[in-house]
Amino acid sequence: MAFFQAQDISISFGGVQALNRVNFTVNQGEIFSIIGPNGAGKTTIFNCINRFYDLTGGVFLLEGKSISHAKPHDIADLGIARTFQNIELFKNMTVLDNLILGRHRKRRSNIFTEMLFIKPVRLQEIRSREKAEEIIDFLDLEAHRDQLVVNLPYGVQKTVELGRALAMEPTLLLLDEPTSGLNMEESEDLAFWLSDMKEELGITVIMVEHNMRFVKQTTDRVLAIDFGQAIVEGETNEVLTNPDVMRAYLGEENVCNA
Amino acid sequence: MRFLMKTDYYQDIRIFKYRSTFFWYVALIIGCLLLPKVVDEYLVSQFSFICIYAVAAVGLMLLTGFTGQISMGHAAFFAIGSYTSAILTSHGVPFLIALPASGLVAAIVGVIIGRPILHLTGLYLAIATMGAAFIIEEILVRWESLTNGNMGFLVDPPVIFGFNFDTEASFFYLSLLVLALTLLLAKNILRSPTGRAFIAIRDSEIAAEAMGIDLPNFKTQAFAISAFFTGIAGCLYAHKIMFINPESYTIVLSIELLAIVIIGGLGSLHGAVFGSMFFIFLPQLIIISKDYLPTFIQDQTGLQPALFGLLIVLVMLFEPMGIYGKWLKTKFYFEWFPLYKKDSFKREKKYQKAERH
Ligand SMILES: Nc1ncnc2c1ncn2[C@@H]1O[C@H](COP(=O)(O)OP(=O)(O)OP(=O)(O)O)[C@@H](O)[C@H]1O
Ligand SMILES: [Mg+2]
Repeated sequence: MAFFQAQDISISFGGVQALNRVNFTVNQGEIFSIIGPNGAGKTTIFNCINRFYDLTGGVFLLEGKSISHAKPHDIADLGIARTFQNIELFKNMTVLDNLILGRHRKRRSNIFTEMLFIKPVRLQEIRSREKAEEIIDFLDLEAHRDQLVVNLPYGVQKTVELGRALAMEPTLLLLDEPTSGLNMEESEDLAFWLSDMKEELGITVIMVEHNMRFVKQTTDRVLAIDFGQAIVEGETNEVLTNPDVMRAYLGEENVCNA
Repeated sequence: MRFLMKTDYYQDIRIFKYRSTFFWYVALIIGCLLLPKVVDEYLVSQFSFICIYAVAAVGLMLLTGFTGQISMGHAAFFAIGSYTSAILTSHGVPFLIALPASGLVAAIVGVIIGRPILHLTGLYLAIATMGAAFIIEEILVRWESLTNGNMGFLVDPPVIFGFNFDTEASFFYLSLLVLALTLLLAKNILRSPTGRAFIAIRDSEIAAEAMGIDLPNFKTQAFAISAFFTGIAGCLYAHKIMFINPESYTIVLSIELLAIVIIGGLGSLHGAVFGSMFFIFLPQLIIISKDYLPTFIQDQTGLQPALFGLLIVLVMLFEPMGIYGKWLKTKFYFEWFPLYKKDSFKREKKYQKAERH
């Protein structure tokens, strides 16, 4: 059975048909990319998975079960974590606190036990910190551990956001344009972490990405969409060289000239 | 090695990270305990009011400063705390039960008010809470069989296990203890998942949701705990002034509480206390310093409220992070004395603000 599936998903905003009967299938443990020009509807797919928007048609299936009736906050409990195109960190908190917030879904305490800060709460805090330290190690964030996120450079903020998603111990990770705003070196690091996440943590990744070189380097399979419609889905090389995809990206004339 | 790391984490979750901080707090408490011995009764009573306002401000701080939900209706929770305790103690219920009960009733009303309006944000929420407070104020006036309406209600000083807190000093100690407990409980919440969820909601609702934070649930909890502390403060207030009527709990009080947390510094518990001190002390200071001003200024009527207003404007102009912000900077200055750079606290201006995510 497919790990994650979109079946005929559609949504429109007023007159704009942002997604029109899109299908795709993501296998367990693979890195899957969604590509397409600006405004194609890529981020909208993520927002629908997160249940920020209601689909007007179709379903998402996680391990065969529909997630279309879950509440937005239940999505995290299903093991789905994400990052945002325009970084949505908790800006006035430290890096460490942001990572610990990723542990929210693991909490076993409530406001009453927390108010008294009884032993199980203390132990839970310590476990959260251990996990956060692991991620700080993994992503090389030691230098920024206790800094406020607002004061960090863009590239580091992106890394912290990835770290926060990893702290949730997800089985499915959604990354919205993870390399945008990163320099070459930072993109290299990211590619390295992605392969580690795949090999060692067994996390399945869906990412939206404009950087074709990065897609080629990291991705197993690709879905290309344009104007809310799927163009083609398949192996990375196959999709990137598909004439329809090139046309969507470059425009009609350029393809003829090329 | 492993073991070493663990002791590190314990250090991380302590309230006082450094021994010196702990020492300063102990010194502060001893200083407070000695206060009634060194200042006159009137000032002691003002200190009691500082404690009472600070307890309420901690409540509002949790909601507005940490969760980012503005309330202009906290006078209502304050009033509910006052009336609950007044009514209960007048029926012979011990103060020690009436005190938490007043917080509890306020919390329940907080949930009833908060739940339907908490999807509102910003000023819309502020206006909705104000509306809810008007309703409660009206109920206090109309439900005469219970509240005595505009006639008001006489309240006795608190009695705990036969001990009567009827002197200024003893009442101050009681308020100080309640404030200390309030701060401790609030701090514990803030260093636990619920407190972090509150702050997360303030900073980014969609990211909070994506982390699995149930927004309606946690906003309701924020309303409830906020109302709880404000209700507790209301209870102390009733037993302090010993006569309550609905006129003490108007929109003016709500706005005062909001001003306290903003002047003190949104997003810090210190700010709640500093703000209350500013609010209670400044008018006193103005009255005292009036004697030293030239007579033609002294004779101006309305000088005191005007000066007070001016000082509020100045704080907002020059220290938007509130008094706590100033405190942090001063502390930083001394800790890093020769190395202090003026821009250490400057935040980078960011111009991109995304509407879509
Ligand atoms: N909340 C919304 N309300 C109205 N229209 C929306 C909304 N969200 C997305 N859209 C529209 O849906 C279409 C797809 O937007 P989406 O953000 O998914 O594009 P994208 O593929 O992520 O583009 P980009 O590469 O620029 O991020 C756009 O036309 C956009 O204007
Ligand atoms: Mg996008």
